[in-house]
Amino acid sequence: MTALGATVVDAVYVVAILVFILGLKAMSSPATARRGIVFAGAAMLAAVVVTFLSPGLSNFAWIALGILVGGGAGFYWARVVQMTAMPQMVAVFNGMGGGAAAAIAAVELLGRLTGPTAYLSVAGAIIGSVSIAGSVIAFLKLQGWMPSAPIVLPARQVVNFGVLAVGVGFGVYAVGWLHALYLAPFFALLLVYGILLTLPIGGADMPVVISLFNALTGVAVGLDGFALVNGPLGDAGYAMVVAGVLVGAAGSLLTALMARAMNRSLGNVLFGAFGATTDAGAAVQGSMRSIDASDAAVLMAYAGEVVIAPGYGMAVAQAQQKVKELADLLAAKGVTVKFAIHPVAGRMPGHMNVLLAEAGIAYDKLFDRDEINAEFPAVDVVLVIGANDVVNPAARRKGSPLEGMPILDVDKAHNVIVIKRGQGKGFAGIENELFYADNCRMLYGDAQAAVGQIVSALKQG
Amino acid sequence: MAADLWTALFIAMLAAFTGYEVISRVPVLLHTPLMSGSNFVHGIVLVGGIVALGLATTDVERIVGFIAVVMGAMNVTGGYVVTERILSMFDRSKRKGGAA
Repeated sequence: MTALGATVVDAVYVVAILVFILGLKAMSSPATARRGIVFAGAAMLAAVVVTFLSPGLSNFAWIALGILVGGGAGFYWARVVQMTAMPQMVAVFNGMGGGAAAAIAAVELLGRLTGPTAYLSVAGAIIGSVSIAGSVIAFLKLQGWMPSAPIVLPARQVVNFGVLAVGVGFGVYAVGWLHALYLAPFFALLLVYGILLTLPIGGADMPVVISLFNALTGVAVGLDGFALVNGPLGDAGYAMVVAGVLVGAAGSLLTALMARAMNRSLGNVLFGAFGATTDAGAAVQGSMRSIDASDAAVLMAYAGEVVIAPGYGMAVAQAQQKVKELADLLAAKGVTVKFAIHPVAGRMPGHMNVLLAEAGIAYDKLFDRDEINAEFPAVDVVLVIGANDVVNPAARRKGSPLEGMPILDVDKAHNVIVIKRGQGKGFAGIENELFYADNCRMLYGDAQAAVGQIVSALKQG
Repeated sequence: MAADLWTALFIAMLAAFTGYEVISRVPVLLHTPLMSGSNFVHGIVLVGGIVALGLATTDVERIVGFIAVVMGAMNVTGGYVVTERILSMFDRSKRKGGAA
């Protein structure tokens, strides 16, 4: 294998880092976002290729095989997955990054167990292990392969801290007293800690947690970079320090912004066990009333303004196309149609915008919660499709588990029609007071089927 | 040896401020793609994986290094494809725009 000169390798790293920064910058504006990822992708490809051709490496067959297996799996999986499952995909690929960071730290520790960089590797291993274990739990919860409700174990704060402390102790002991064997319980306990940390977090808070693990993986990668800088190929270490810390900082800020959009503090998310309070909204009076599709169609056809509030249920049912058809039909009848997008509709901030955009619904029809909330008292009909917690007026009531969560004030509209699969509770596991309100009617059924029925009723009428 | 660590620390400090500045004032709409995009950027871990496996001398190191490369490669390609797919929706909706 012909090795490249060190100068070429370094020059490519420098350019790659520059493009990463410009790429992230471009990704923070809708007009340039696409360009940003394409350029960053090209820079990453160049960095990987020159690393592969760096002087002094061996085990080329293993490296090539690893890239083919991992790259192929990642490419295939990311291609076939539905847009609705994007959040858990981000969690998975982020977890892989954390796992890689932990594994690199392990290789470093196996090869050189002494000196200050060994402690940096221990730190990278801690953060990387927590990130992969936590990301996997986040994936399982969002994918519905395990219950999304908070799983609260007795005395968890004490147990969690104990597991973390003993785990870190093994790591420090392994380095300080040169016992490579102690690395095994070190990694095992940190993986357990990552699981324990994520189990009590409810599905609704998962986006914030995924974003946090994303930032943590960045930090772990940066720490690995520190450990690599005084090795034989130190400049790869510098590239990792910059890219890792860049993501660590950007990801931390993003996590804070997301938490703010959901009116949740990070401490609350991590240690609060959302929805585990005693008041499950039991004090709801009255009963739910249903409506059939043709009545719903008439109500909307003769309205001046209809606001559609889509939620995750719409996305799961793949009803976006039907919803677009409905919006077009209503617009053709002279009805003003708007979409009210809650910051966390879907599973992550901005997720619902992406799903509606995929169906071809124009951005100027989509309104943020802040833009549209004041309008609801003047709206004739609000059609809630597969959303629950984000339209629960209990959030405005003191003492409710949802208290303080920003919601869409759809209950203030003249009429509310809620399309819902059954009478179950939302993601947070809390009774929705909206469904019992006098101006609210329930249209039971799968979102795609129900909207389809309304569409055909409109076409006949 | 120690000089390299100090250099890295200086670089890390500047990178932290850059990361913070680059992301501030970003619309909610772009939170998801940005999270996915930054997820892709820490895929640089693959470079570290290649170095770790490329310098590995024992079988244990090779196995763990191989795991690092596989996971790092998944992070890079998966992160890129997911981000690209999300952002391509933006382009499309702008072109299609028009009726509701």
